[in-house]
Amino acid sequence: MKPRESDKKSASLSISVLVSTGRHPITGRPGRADQDSRAVELAMNLQGGSVSLLHAGQPTEECKEALRGYLGMGIDRISLIEQSEHADITEVLTKTLKSSNPSLVLAGTQAEQGEGSGLLPFLLAESLGWSLVSGLVSIESVENGQATILQALPRGQRRRLKVRLPAIATVDESAERARQSAFGPARRGTIETISEASHIDETLASFEIKKARVRPKRLKIVKSSSARDRFKAAAAKSGGGGGQVLSDVSAQEGAEAIFKLLQEENVLKL
Amino acid sequence: MLDILMPLLLAAALVLAVVGAFRRIAMWRRGRPSPVNIMKGLTSIPKRYLVDLHHVVERDKYIAHTHVATAGGFVASMVLAIIVHGFDLASGILGWLLLLFTAIMFVGSVLVYRRRINPPARLSKGPFQRLPKSLIAFSVGMFLTTLPAVGLMPENAGSWVFALVLVVLVAWGVSELVFGMTWGGPMKHAFAGALHLGFHRRQERFGGGRSTGLKPLNLDDESSPLGVIKPEEFTWNQRLGFDACVQCGRCEAVCPAFAAGQPLNPKKLIQDMVASMTTGTDANYAGSNYPGQTGTHEVGPGGVLVAREGKALVDADTLWSCTTCRACVEECPMMIEHVDAVVDIRRHLTLEHGETPGKGADVLNNLIATDNPGGFSPNSRMNWATDLELPMLKDRDHAEVLLWLGDGVFDMRNQRTLRALIKVLRAGNVDFAVLGNDERDSGDLARRLGDEATFQSLAKRNIATLAKHSFDCIVTCDPHSFHVLKNEYGDFGGHYEVYHHSGYLNLLIDSGRVSLNKADVGTVTYHDPCYLGRYNGEYDAPRSVLKALGLEVNEMARSGYRSRCCGGGGGAPVVDVPGKQRIPDMRMEDIRETGAEIVAVGCPQCTAMLEGVVEPRPDVKDIAELVADALSDTPAPRSHADNKEPVEVVA
Repeated sequence: MKPRESDKKSASLSISVLVSTGRHPITGRPGRADQDSRAVELAMNLQGGSVSLLHAGQPTEECKEALRGYLGMGIDRISLIEQSEHADITEVLTKTLKSSNPSLVLAGTQAEQGEGSGLLPFLLAESLGWSLVSGLVSIESVENGQATILQALPRGQRRRLKVRLPAIATVDESAERARQSAFGPARRGTIETISEASHIDETLASFEIKKARVRPKRLKIVKSSSARDRFKAAAAKSGGGGGQVLSDVSAQEGAEAIFKLLQEENVLKL
Repeated sequence: MLDILMPLLLAAALVLAVVGAFRRIAMWRRGRPSPVNIMKGLTSIPKRYLVDLHHVVERDKYIAHTHVATAGGFVASMVLAIIVHGFDLASGILGWLLLLFTAIMFVGSVLVYRRRINPPARLSKGPFQRLPKSLIAFSVGMFLTTLPAVGLMPENAGSWVFALVLVVLVAWGVSELVFGMTWGGPMKHAFAGALHLGFHRRQERFGGGRSTGLKPLNLDDESSPLGVIKPEEFTWNQRLGFDACVQCGRCEAVCPAFAAGQPLNPKKLIQDMVASMTTGTDANYAGSNYPGQTGTHEVGPGGVLVAREGKALVDADTLWSCTTCRACVEECPMMIEHVDAVVDIRRHLTLEHGETPGKGADVLNNLIATDNPGGFSPNSRMNWATDLELPMLKDRDHAEVLLWLGDGVFDMRNQRTLRALIKVLRAGNVDFAVLGNDERDSGDLARRLGDEATFQSLAKRNIATLAKHSFDCIVTCDPHSFHVLKNEYGDFGGHYEVYHHSGYLNLLIDSGRVSLNKADVGTVTYHDPCYLGRYNGEYDAPRSVLKALGLEVNEMARSGYRSRCCGGGGGAPVVDVPGKQRIPDMRMEDIRETGAEIVAVGCPQCTAMLEGVVEPRPDVKDIAELVADALSDTPAPRSHADNKEPVEVVA
């Protein structure tokens, strides 16, 4: 068994992880959500930190079964904030986080079911007035109320950032894989239900939710004799052909470059 | 002087033996409860010793004869010595009998001594090197002491020095052989071994029976431990079984993981369990170590056998190296259940720590989420057979045969075997049907990886599915499914008549439902799958099918109950513990030695492992494929059974 990374210093750092109920991509069975469990893994590997897990939703059996998946990672308890169907959980989470006042809030990038817009962390950051970092892959250190973290960029690039705490970070799918969930701790752990009033999201309630249909996709055939080219085409992420990297430029020059680009892209019409 | 000292000596030895016995029993009893019938157990010992145990010992003729002479001679001389010397009743024939038996014992002791001059690597040394000398001391001392009693020597022959020498010899002998038996010396195997025969956790093993299914964990009771991490969490009769080990190393000699240089030695594992009950360290162990391991090991903090971090008595890799092939159990003269112990500890590692190594966690997650280890959609189980139009059991009221397809449906190699099997069933007009997408993994892999919870979930759902249908018997080409359906579903209420396809094909051939041409495939050898052979005792049916094909099997040196594992069982390929060589390579070497051009197999795992050996090598063919190729056209095939080669469908 490989020893877990456990030498990262962070005295009395309290971390809240927002966990959702996952849905298996093939069978749709409830379980841990992949990105959320990576967030829990990140939090657990940060030594000296206290980790608390938070879920807001309907306290169904299916939901509890899914939450037990997180308990199986060796977590003692999960707080389950009871909410009714179609509730907008931003408000209740804001309230809870304000009162528990953690230094760092981690969440997956996007839920595996429901609305799945990935907007919740942004809304929370806005209402709490905290900074938000997306695409977190690892936390390098936490010192003097400041965290040094690595952020994922396309094609395996990483950017090192310093973030003032408290902050919210969404965890990228390239963060370290979550440890195995074990039956014993999953069965023993407690799910603590907290009743809170639900704020019904009328718009969401009016949505008709259907199963997504996989649309046939036209294959992009790359006609090239070179295996390297074909591989590059297959492995390439979409978007971003041109562009330029500006470094060590003045604010004026930077602003001008952005302005010019926006004009070119017809975002700004003057 | 002798007639005063001898009774004292014998009495003292017996008292010490009784005290030691109580201490030893108290030590075993620190384990978890396991109900046994005390009287029935005790009375069954002599027969089990003379029949079941001797049946195993007999495989090594030299040691069998030696053991009969030494042990038989000792037991008889000890009883007679108590009568003759203890109660001074040397009259008549008793003294002469005592002389005879000590002489027999002496012969045996000399044979033990010779064995120990240059012992094979599998034998432990240490105190066992001393044992033949103690045996000789007892037999010689007792023989000479008895001479005056029968009048062959005058009462006061020799000087007091001679008498003293005799007393010392006998004292040495009885301390090793009488109270050494209960105080942890090399003779403890006699005491613990005899009781282990009576109170064995698998009583069904004796008298020609078989008991190979793993014992279920009670998951409904939250206070019941999930597997074993501390020595007290074994049942008391498992602990008794460990203590019975005589360190003969037969298990070590047959263990495929040991031979492959993976860090497992079944003998050391059992001795580590003994150490965990007694000294807590393996410093006194004098046999071969786990390959690649050096230094001493101690029970970890809190009395754990395996540490989560750092080092304890046993490394987790040792437990994950086991292929659960049961070669060690089959070979053990003391009837110790190594595989049970391995799986018990694996259960703790998986269910409590969530530390299934290698791809174990992925495979278990897939089994939980998709009911198959590969993570394929459960709705794609039948994709491979779209052209075969297999009859579904849910569309039928009843079927003669439920064909259990297994997870091999997702494997293109196994799909060929399944196609062959279906061709033969259709040729024999067998009324069969399949469960289709309602079938799930049998749970074998999850259970061997220690995930009893997932196993029980799969088992219970499969049993519920099977309960909805009516069929006469189940046929499967996967010995692992075969074993689980036949021997392990019973604990959850699933009782079925199950056939491995080799057994069922044999029935079809015997009853004339299929007729075969002679197979013209060259020389053939047969590889016994562990889960068909050692787990279920089926050695004859596959051979008789091959015989019906006109094939003569060139047997490997290790075949039948001594067959060497392919390395594919017990989740070993999933956890993939590194070693010096690969188990299937060694098995292929066994196959090459026979000069066979084809190795017949009867298991998807064995097929995958043996075909993974780099060419050139003998071809690997499932028995079903050999039979399908040799079908003759005489019995009328069913209308929709097409004879053209089926087209492979890529899922």
